[in-house]
Amino acid sequence: MDTLMNVSHVSYAYHTLSGETMALSDITFSVGEGEFLAIVGPSGCGKSTLLSLLSGLMEPEQGTIEIRQDTEEGKTQIGYMLQKDHLFEWRTVYRNVILGLEIQNRMTPENLSHVDQLLEEYGLSRFKNARPSELSGGMRQRAALIRTLALDPRLLLLDEPFSALDYQTRLNVCDDVYQIIRKEKKTAVLVTHDLSEAISMADRVLILSSRPATVCKTVEIRFAAEELTPMQRRQAPEFKDYFNEIWKELNHYA
Amino acid sequence: MPDVSLRQAEYVRRHRRHHHLVTLCRFLAFAGFLAFWEVSANLEWIDAFIFSSPSRVLQTILEMGGDHTLFRHTGITLYETLLSFALVILVSFLAATLLWFSSSLSEILEPWLVILNSLPKSALAPLLIVWLGANMRTIIIAGMSVAVFGSIISMYTAFRTTDEEEIKLIYTLGGTRMQVLRCVVFPSSVPAVISILKVNIGLCLVGVIIGEFLAAREGLGYLIIYSSQVFKLNYLIAALIILCLIAFCLYQAIQKLEHHIRKSRKL
Repeated sequence: MDTLMNVSHVSYAYHTLSGETMALSDITFSVGEGEFLAIVGPSGCGKSTLLSLLSGLMEPEQGTIEIRQDTEEGKTQIGYMLQKDHLFEWRTVYRNVILGLEIQNRMTPENLSHVDQLLEEYGLSRFKNARPSELSGGMRQRAALIRTLALDPRLLLLDEPFSALDYQTRLNVCDDVYQIIRKEKKTAVLVTHDLSEAISMADRVLILSSRPATVCKTVEIRFAAEELTPMQRRQAPEFKDYFNEIWKELNHYA
Repeated sequence: MPDVSLRQAEYVRRHRRHHHLVTLCRFLAFAGFLAFWEVSANLEWIDAFIFSSPSRVLQTILEMGGDHTLFRHTGITLYETLLSFALVILVSFLAATLLWFSSSLSEILEPWLVILNSLPKSALAPLLIVWLGANMRTIIIAGMSVAVFGSIISMYTAFRTTDEEEIKLIYTLGGTRMQVLRCVVFPSSVPAVISILKVNIGLCLVGVIIGEFLAAREGLGYLIIYSSQVFKLNYLIAALIILCLIAFCLYQAIQKLEHHIRKSRKL
């Protein structure tokens, strides 16, 4: 597996007049092409900070983050899915989904037909001209994912993308999103504080300590049966072993 | 259409009856007030020379309508109000955008804006007349001076209270600061801007009337001052009534605009 992203010795601190708060300290890891990596840690440990750094919205104070360059110039490397869908009510679903293309001035026929295909495939083409408020919570999250995928990013960053949903919707959307990501063959980094979510989706789980966050352990997730959906993984026998292992690690370092 | 249940029909009927009753009482209160006023003037409980009476006011309005003086005064006040309102909105929109772009600039200017906004603006009018002369330009600027500082502050506040996460979304999609403004800040500020419009149309009218009190030969403000000085109270009250009607119509126009915008955004 080729490495898509390399994070080495990254540190970051927030500054206020009353002092300095270390958020991340000496974080090193890499993400392989096509891999699904989950990052878990106690809440407030700096997970979101890490994602902002990975996405390039903020610069690390120390260390480097490298992403393997695509041959195509000017193409977005990284797609970022926020906690809430933030679909704009003053735009139709379709115009929300093409927002990224509009912003980057890439509304070419190929890109637009890619969007149409995504909408068709993931059951939203009937709602193209609807307002976001007419969609269910799960459909909104799918629309938000298509908005990110429309830019055809190589790496997807997911910042607790299901935390705003109720439990039942959450399990369903988790399955949906997982399958879309696998089908589109995307590399993904999921940040969450929900251990079951991490284990049910990821190939590898990175455990962060409490603030300042450091990487305290990496756990490879392997299930005997292959190609399980997150829901099926939750019922697999290995699930609770991984859960206990990661739970212990988290409590040990928290 | 499904059959409406008895209880539902009863509820709707009661709701309607209440609504009609309120409308009727509003009308009766107004009619009663007019009747009382007319009767007390006719029976000389009050001095009709000072207090006028509905019939006299109506007669004055008809007279002034006949020789078009009323239309001229009303038209001029309306024109000045609308022009100063348009300029206030334009200036505050540009200023708020500029302040949003430069947080340092807004930090520097904030106390001065607050001071200018808390100043009683009618105090500025005499100064404006000395500086700019007694003409229509002065009156339009007086109208603006009442509204513009508050309008800049509220519009800038509306821009600044845009959801940080929505702004972040635009950046994650590779957007620039300009695109943040166009795709999130402006559209999400529309409801706030509409309520700013509602407040400012009234303030501009206030400013224009103050200006006309001091520096005009035409307009409703001039008519009010003139008729109070020559004790033509019929004229004064007629002017006040027209002013009420103008204020009401302007507010209604903005409410229509709001309704239209809401409909177009929400299908």
